[in-house]
Amino acid sequence: MPIIINGSPVARPLDARVSLLDFLREDLHLAGTKKGCNQGACGACTVLVDGERILSCLALAVQFEGRTVVTIEGLAEGDVLHPLQQAFIDHDGFQCGYCTPGQICSAIGMAAEAKRGVPSHVSTDLSADVRLTREELQERMSGNLCRCGAHNGIIDAILETVPAEMAA
Amino acid sequence: MTPFDYARAGDTAEALRLGQGPAAAYLGGGTNLVDLMRETIARADTLVDVTGLSSAIEETEEGGLMIGGAVRNTALAEHRAVRSRYPLLSRAILAGASAQIRNMATVGGNLLQRTRCTYFYDTDGSRCNKRVPGSGCDAIDGFNRIHAILGASAACVATHPSDMCVALAALDAIVHVQGREGARSIAFAELHRLPGDRPEIDTILKPGELITAVELPPLAPSARSTYRKVRDRASYAFALVSVAAVLDVADGQIKDARIALGGVAHKPWRASKAEARLRGGPATEQAFREAAMAELADAKPLSENGFKTELVTRTLVAVLGDLAGAAS
Repeated sequence: MPIIINGSPVARPLDARVSLLDFLREDLHLAGTKKGCNQGACGACTVLVDGERILSCLALAVQFEGRTVVTIEGLAEGDVLHPLQQAFIDHDGFQCGYCTPGQICSAIGMAAEAKRGVPSHVSTDLSADVRLTREELQERMSGNLCRCGAHNGIIDAILETVPAEMAA
Repeated sequence: MTPFDYARAGDTAEALRLGQGPAAAYLGGGTNLVDLMRETIARADTLVDVTGLSSAIEETEEGGLMIGGAVRNTALAEHRAVRSRYPLLSRAILAGASAQIRNMATVGGNLLQRTRCTYFYDTDGSRCNKRVPGSGCDAIDGFNRIHAILGASAACVATHPSDMCVALAALDAIVHVQGREGARSIAFAELHRLPGDRPEIDTILKPGELITAVELPPLAPSARSTYRKVRDRASYAFALVSVAAVLDVADGQIKDARIALGGVAHKPWRASKAEARLRGGPATEQAFREAAMAELADAKPLSENGFKTELVTRTLVAVLGDLAGAAS
């Protein structure tokens, strides 16, 4: 069973040791996904699997046969950027840009979690509808580090894309 | 990483068959095992992927929940019944790791992540009895601010990093396992072990045994529960100390108290001495403080982590105060 990556079926690597991150970058030359710490501490390698954000550095590619992977390269439609990509530009959500693909994929996964009602560490009521305040976004995005310190612009960019019914 | 064979198990029987080799390991989300294998701290010749096994969360006849071993951490934290009936478990999970890691990590894998410290990872520069048995421990006289104050040994002072497990310890969860000699059930407090002179062994599981489910007994409807974690950063950091507590108070008297501590020991630390002091007594701040002090009477801080005894005391007093207030 192939892995579906940005809409295309791809045969899994023969060596079971290959991480999903190295498979994307080295074998498929999808270099948008970045290798930061390679140990699950920085979030730079975040991709979407069946719509959920995961760390591709800690994932073995062989585990993803039959599943759908979306990377930063799979977000734009032709020349039209994904709304979050445009929002990151508009709000200076980066400086060097190295963490940006992971930040954007993470924010997309985060939005899906919030939409289905997943609470966070800072949610006072575990059963209430999610309201994506700045504090909530900071907590929900805490797995993605930005060493340039663009976090305020990142949160501004994400806030702009929050649907009205989920805004504070 | 040393080479290994990969096999995906379709059911428990197949997983057990594939997992019987002496150097086989079960693979969940991989968030700990893959990292350790990359550092060659962990080695396996076969990885048996068990993420396709039970990911169900089902009601039990007793009024509790049966959680499949392959349930992802996020799925457990967001489950409606867990949020409403076991809020301490949702809160513990949400306090741990990052959202990406919670999406990957399984329940079984969370239980079986290694008890560890930074010296355990420092393959080039440090001695570690857990990594290389008998080699020595550089943490005991080193930078030991984050290390254990209870139940440690001269061989190892590392702490168990799971938040979820602290809540499961307070809940009297039951761990269901299967192995070549059949199925057995383990009280959660018995699953993990203290280091003693064998710190390389974290649990009482036998080779080839697989965690198939974790069972939550029902809580009294009048009981209140929560989880509080204290750490160096606001998010995405291991606990310095944490408290999971269930408190059942009626007319100012404590009917039941169940408490577990994180960040203080080689395993999630069930605070039985504190519980014994509290049961049947008044729900007052003084009683909470005396219970904490009873639990910490045997604490043995290292050179840099003496602050943990006071931090545990204050956190426990605050948590129990909140729960008692919510119940009145």
